Amino acid sequence: MTKVNEKPAIPELIDPRGPRVTASITLIVLGAAFLTHSTLLVLIQLLQFTIGGFVTPKKAPYGLFYRKVVQPRLNGSFIGEDIRGPQFAQKVGFIFALLATIGAFTKIDLLFSIPVILAFVAAVLNAVFDYCLGCQIYLLLQRITKR
Amino acid sequence: MKSALTLVIVLALTSLYGIWFRINRGTVKAHTNPAVTEEEIGATFGSRLTLLQFSSAFCTPCRATRALLGDITKGLHDVKHVDIDAESHLELVRKLDIRSTPTTLILDHRGVEVGRAVGAPKREQVVDAITPMDI
Repeated sequence: MTKVNEKPAIPELIDPRGPRVTASITLIVLGAAFLTHSTLLVLIQLLQFTIGGFVTPKKAPYGLFYRKVVQPRLNGSFIGEDIRGPQFAQKVGFIFALLATIGAFTKIDLLFSIPVILAFVAAVLNAVFDYCLGCQIYLLLQRITKR
Repeated sequence: MKSALTLVIVLALTSLYGIWFRINRGTVKAHTNPAVTEEEIGATFGSRLTLLQFSSAFCTPCRATRALLGDITKGLHDVKHVDIDAESHLELVRKLDIRSTPTTLILDHRGVEVGRAVGAPKREQVVDAITPMDI
C-alpha cells in the first residue's frame, strides 16, 4: 500500500491514448482466453500486467506496441495524464490474472473463468467508456481499510 | 457455445453500465449535506461560492478537472476553487459520502453544499451552476 500523502513533486505524464490501446488489446486477449480456455493467453496477459503494474506501463508489451507501432502513425497533440492511474489499474489486473493462472494450472474452472471475465469487464469499461478504475475503487478501498 | 453466450451477456451488461456511466459522469446535480467548515478543508471559502474538488493519486481525470476549475474561477473574485487530497481527509470524505474522484462540490458562502459533480465536470454545466441568478 502506498503511504498517505505520498506525492511526487511532478508526476510522470504519459500519452492517454496508450492506456486505451492497452485496454483494447487486453479485452481481445481476455475475451479469447475466456472462450478458448487458453492458458497461454492468460500468461501473456499476466506478463503485461506484471510489467505494467510493477515496472511501468510504458515498458509492458502492449505499451511498447503502442509506442513503436501506433503512436508514430497518430496525428495531433495530447494532454498528458498522470501515469499512476493506469499503473494502479494494471496492478489490479495483475491480481485477477494471477488468480486465473492459478485456476488454469490447478484445473479449477471457476478460478479461471471468473477472474478472466472480471478483468475483461474492466478492460471493456476502460477501452470503450474511458473508465478510470483508480478513481472508482481506490478511495472506496481507503474508506474501508483506513481509520 | 455456452461460454460465447456468457461473454455476449457480460458484454451487453457492461455496455449498459458504461453508457449510464458516461451519461452521468460530471453532471452537476442538486445535493444536500451537513455544512463543511473552513477548518475541515484547511482553506477559506469564496465570498459567494467555493468549488471543493476531491482528488486522489490514482485518478486520471483529476488533473484535467483541476485545470478546468482553476481556469473557470481565475477571473472570478467571489468564487474560489479548493482542491484537496481525499486520502488525507478521510473523515470528511465519509461525512460527505465521497465515493470516487474527482468529485466536485459547490458550496455556498456558509459551506453548505448546493450541488455536486461526480467525475470530470463539464465546463458549461459548471459555468451555469456558478452563474448568479438575478430574479
